Amino acid sequence: MLKDKYQQEIDELLSRYPVKRSALIPLLYLAQRDEGFVSEGAMKEIAGLLHLTPPQVYETATFYTMINLKPVGKFHLQVCKSLMCALAGSDTVIGWVKTKLGIGPGETTTDGLFTLSAVECLAACGTAPMMQVNDDYYERLTEDTFDRILADLKKDGSCSLKTGPFMWPEPAPAKPGA
Amino acid sequence: MPKYELILLKNMMQPGYTGSLQEYERAGGYQALRKVVGKVPPTEVTMAVMKSGLRGRGGAGFPTGVKWGFLPKDYQGPRYLCCNADESEPGTFKDRQLMERDPHQLLEGIVLACYAIGAESAYIYIRGELVLAAKILEQAIAEAQAAGYIGANILGTGITANVWVHRGAGAYICGEETALLESLEGKRGLPRFKPPFPATNGLYNKPTVVNNVETLANLPHIIGRGPEWFASIGSPPKSTGTRVFCVSGHVKRPGNYEVPMGVTFRELIYEHAGGMRSDKPLKAFIPGGASAPFLTSDHLDVKLDFESVAAAGSMLGSGGVTVMEEGTPMVWAALRLMEFFYHESCGKCSPCREGSSWLVQTMRRIVAKRGQMEDLETLVDLCKNIEGRTVCAFGEAEVAPIMSTLKYWRSEYVTLIQEAEAANLIRLEPTVARH
Repeated sequence: MLKDKYQQEIDELLSRYPVKRSALIPLLYLAQRDEGFVSEGAMKEIAGLLHLTPPQVYETATFYTMINLKPVGKFHLQVCKSLMCALAGSDTVIGWVKTKLGIGPGETTTDGLFTLSAVECLAACGTAPMMQVNDDYYERLTEDTFDRILADLKKDGSCSLKTGPFMWPEPAPAKPGA
Repeated sequence: MPKYELILLKNMMQPGYTGSLQEYERAGGYQALRKVVGKVPPTEVTMAVMKSGLRGRGGAGFPTGVKWGFLPKDYQGPRYLCCNADESEPGTFKDRQLMERDPHQLLEGIVLACYAIGAESAYIYIRGELVLAAKILEQAIAEAQAAGYIGANILGTGITANVWVHRGAGAYICGEETALLESLEGKRGLPRFKPPFPATNGLYNKPTVVNNVETLANLPHIIGRGPEWFASIGSPPKSTGTRVFCVSGHVKRPGNYEVPMGVTFRELIYEHAGGMRSDKPLKAFIPGGASAPFLTSDHLDVKLDFESVAAAGSMLGSGGVTVMEEGTPMVWAALRLMEFFYHESCGKCSPCREGSSWLVQTMRRIVAKRGQMEDLETLVDLCKNIEGRTVCAFGEAEVAPIMSTLKYWRSEYVTLIQEAEAANLIRLEPTVARH
């Protein structure tokens, strides 16, 4: 039960809004963090917490693409395929996933490590092509960096190539002595 | 050195600037808030914003001060401010930078707006994918709370302004202000019928203002340096200030460039973004995000202000400028955007829900060289039955790529169809077989 595990966090989330239902998406995220996806059981529990009916929770949960209603791989590769990324070669990136991992959009590798989704614009058009892996952005992808990201994720669970606080173009570095 | 004085990107252009509270204060941050809060009546702050000519940076370009002025003056209950950080318009990536590199600039703007409209609560509705930006903002809110800029009794004045970050969950439509409110209430993001407008019946049916990140980030500068200063920048009187334009596509240096409104597309694309990436000339560009109709190389001398772009038959929108070089197949490009709108249609209005599906199928057929000449009439007919017949502006947006590419590159559609017809003739297939 979420309530037993996250009582404090749930109370804090509820305190942010004058109307309980506003905490619905935050609670769906909490459930997703806990299980990796949002199960029916979690939706029923959330309905109880917010005094909603389970269908009210379900209709909201199914509307939003970031709420996973079934399990996804440990690393969820989301490659942007909108026009701006497509101009910079995002179809090629989807091709790399196919040749290197053997999966197409909507598929998961048999070891459960990687799921691929081809998604719409992620607000990184100036640094295309790009993909999001779980919470992190990886931009200006090349085949070399793509390979390194996959290898690092497999080995360490993270990769240093992820984007930090975003700025593009980057400011000129400070002149020595200035 | 940048050619023009930077306003919004000034701090973050300093080498080593991290956007911490200390650094923001050292750069003159929170002085505007100190100047007015508890000292200048809120109505005067609103007047100043009206005088500055600031218009919404999210897409519609509505005058910010006027929007605030629509709030009922004698209403005693709670009012809300929502910061629209649901940056999802393809081609746009400026708010992400403004939030991640200088979060306090935005927070100061939010608190100023709260003060002006009398809101004690503000929600930053940020698109769910921007996990890092949400973390940075939450950290900055905690810093500002500790310093007395946010929370109960800000700067000892007895005035309350609480700010929370609320993450969306992957729905483009939630950038539409009434869909944003629905989503913030924990529902599906379906736009509301207007009127009533959010100014009177917004979040929880209370008076509400929804402003874009870049709009709010301008406020500390307008209040700090005065509305007259701001109104003198750009192309006054109707398009004042700077815009952070996001350049993407086939240019040498894609990225965010802050320039005064009124510079030409030629200058933005060829000087700031470094020109075309190869020796192929420019063929087409989208001037203001995916919702804005395509323009051609004939429009390079159009000025980047609201009126000039509208007069050229498009819109300045969100400031996302996407450049395409000679050789880019335009029907394919329109299809890519159509796929986006088809995926993101919220499903509330039948013309958009059903029409986007018809449009995308017809476009896929043409691109796959299975189209017929009559498909072109079908496309126009569909577009005309979507445009203006939906609750929100999504209807106008989704027909823009098709209508504008049909206008300028109709011959590319015709060529694809002629090739299809030629192939059909050879195979002697009856035309009904395509269904």
